[in-house]
Amino acid sequence: MPEVAEIQRALAPTWCPGCGNFNMQKALSEVLAESGMGFEEYVMVWGIGCHGNGADFYRSQGFHGLHGRALPLATGIALTNPDLKVIVEMGDGDGYGIGGNHFIHSVRRNIDMVAIFHNNQIYGLTTGQASPTSDQFMRTPSTPGGVVEEPVNPVGVAVAQGATFVARGFAGDVEHLKDLYRQAIAHKGFAVVDVYQPCVTWNKINTFKWFRDRVYKLEELEGYDPTDRTAAFELSMSTFHELTCAPDECKIPIGVFYREEDSFTYQDGLPQLDRPMWKHAEAPRDIGAILEKFE
Amino acid sequence: MPTHTTLAATGNSVVAEAMRQCKPNVMAAYPITPQTTIVEEFAGFVAKGKTDCEYVTVESEHSAMSACIGASAAGARVMTATSSQGLALMWEELHIASGMRLPIIMANANRALSAPINIHCDHSDIMGARDTGWVTLFAETAQEAYDNTIMATRIAEHPDVMLPVMSCLDGFITTHSIDRVSVMDDESVAGFVGEYEPRNALLDTGTPVTHGAFAGLGGPYFEFKKQQREAIENARAVVSAVGAEYSALSGRPFGAIETWGMDDAEVALVVIGSTAGNARAVARHLRADGMKVGVVKVRVWRPFPYAELAAALKGMKAVAVLDRAESFGAEGGPLYLEVRSALYDLEMRVPVVGYIYGLGGSDVKLELMERVFSDLADIAAGTAAPAGLVYLGAREEA
Ligand SMILES: Cc1ncc(C[n+]2csc(CCOP(=O)(O)OP(=O)(O)O)c2C)c(N)n1
Ligand code: SF4
Ligand SMILES: [Mg+2]
Repeated sequence: MPEVAEIQRALAPTWCPGCGNFNMQKALSEVLAESGMGFEEYVMVWGIGCHGNGADFYRSQGFHGLHGRALPLATGIALTNPDLKVIVEMGDGDGYGIGGNHFIHSVRRNIDMVAIFHNNQIYGLTTGQASPTSDQFMRTPSTPGGVVEEPVNPVGVAVAQGATFVARGFAGDVEHLKDLYRQAIAHKGFAVVDVYQPCVTWNKINTFKWFRDRVYKLEELEGYDPTDRTAAFELSMSTFHELTCAPDECKIPIGVFYREEDSFTYQDGLPQLDRPMWKHAEAPRDIGAILEKFE
Repeated sequence: MPTHTTLAATGNSVVAEAMRQCKPNVMAAYPITPQTTIVEEFAGFVAKGKTDCEYVTVESEHSAMSACIGASAAGARVMTATSSQGLALMWEELHIASGMRLPIIMANANRALSAPINIHCDHSDIMGARDTGWVTLFAETAQEAYDNTIMATRIAEHPDVMLPVMSCLDGFITTHSIDRVSVMDDESVAGFVGEYEPRNALLDTGTPVTHGAFAGLGGPYFEFKKQQREAIENARAVVSAVGAEYSALSGRPFGAIETWGMDDAEVALVVIGSTAGNARAVARHLRADGMKVGVVKVRVWRPFPYAELAAALKGMKAVAVLDRAESFGAEGGPLYLEVRSALYDLEMRVPVVGYIYGLGGSDVKLELMERVFSDLADIAAGTAAPAGLVYLGAREEA
């Protein structure tokens, strides 16, 4: 069973000092280590972006593909071997923008995998342009006049589309994030974990402090029932923050918004997926006797 | 006569400037290194009110080109920029733009394609889009990138052409290096490109038209393609006429190919893009040592200047073609194949050798150019036969 030090490569990550990605890697590698899974038991897939550079900083079975295409790639991997735990890391641009259609269809398919979104509300790697989760009116090099559109609401979209596990984390709270990762990995079905991951270099608005002043834990919200989809949707909509929001006016819940146990997964729908592809292999059969009949 | 101002600027910066001066109505774009600063600079012009262009940030290049197509079909002058995976993701729409004869102008910052991931210069992206029906210009320098953008606008919108034009510049080398560039005043550029007069525009609501409808079995699809072929053939004359007119204005010569030292050269190197500078620098030294070497740079990639190349290379004792892109399974890179084809009808056979170089930004050292010229000298002297395709400077073990 690999230790954290083996999961994290000796290579020093090239992320900017203070970037939220460090804590996300810390949380995930610790959870992977404590899970007891061997390298042969899970696969990691990355999109393109600063988050995706994690491909160089984890030792794992992995695939670093194209911008926006991590989910379909991971789907292919998951279908060849249902015994594998598939963990997909994406960015907000990557997973909610250019790859947004795959997000919706992966949720709909309820394919058994973990989808982690490094949501820094910016295109980090291409140096700071507005992303689909940037707040409306935010000024960036690509939108010097301010973002025109409303942002995507990832939790709301996932819940509305019927996701069976939807959580939101904050890279500033590693222990809480680890707990979400544990639950997501244990979940049977498509597990969405949207993580606020401050980009300290390009997003000067949604900083660690900005989130610290606003986040609260759903576990501490009295009477919140994460098995109530309607409540989850209402909460995701009513707490969808805006740039102009003062800390006392807008509170951002983190934690598990919604979970459905024993849901019907894509893998459940295809009986041939009860075992890995390689176990389907059969020895070549001698069909000589059959052919003789027709001679 | 125009006022000329000399700037110290990057290739991307002057492409953005040229675009602003050409007065597009719509730009839709998505960021990708090393193109991003073109549209960022343009976004700055929009924010500062230096252009009244409608500027749209979309969620992918697929959407970017789609929005450009919609705007162009509506009758707007449309521009965008991309690179590498972005161009690859536009592939479907590249065909729509040319098939619907929409004169969209696009800058491409030439960059390698995945996999493995690489963000540096080569020509795999544009060569992969070779057969999409776009008129394609290549720049060696920031100056040429500026000039090409302006000429592209005129070429695209010419009634005999009406095709999209791609203006390519080498990623990082040309896009990001600061270079000396002479730019013209806004009025002269605007006067040169003129007003765009669209045909069959969707905004012309008095005569409703549908673009792109089914033209299958028995329909006019085949004839559409023939017309596209005619249009890009027409572009040869239009490119040269627009080039001549632009030269008169800018004071800088323009041709589909540019030759250096070819008056008395015995061997020649054919190249496209920024490496032409490296090739000339080495050729200059070799000439000082008495070697009769020449360099031919291709500036117009589509329509390919077959006749011009045949005329320039006729009688050479050996020719080297440098490709910064692969055509796996073919005899050589895309430029090599075209040059060989251009020389086919010559009475005297010209020995041609193909080199693949600089993929994924691998360094184009001057020694590599020396090696090519020395190979050519050996072939010309009869001491060596043309080798098969050479991966110039590749390490034995990566
Ligand atoms: C098809 C395509 N278009 C554009 C790019 C350029 N690109 C690389 S990363 C990126 C955005 C990254 O933003 P995000 O997904 O939010 O990840 P982050 O860097 O913020 O982690 C873009 C536009 C690309 N690689 N491929
Ligand atoms: S640019 Fe932002 S997201 Fe990327 S490594 Fe730096 S801080 Fe992190
Ligand atoms: Mg991001």
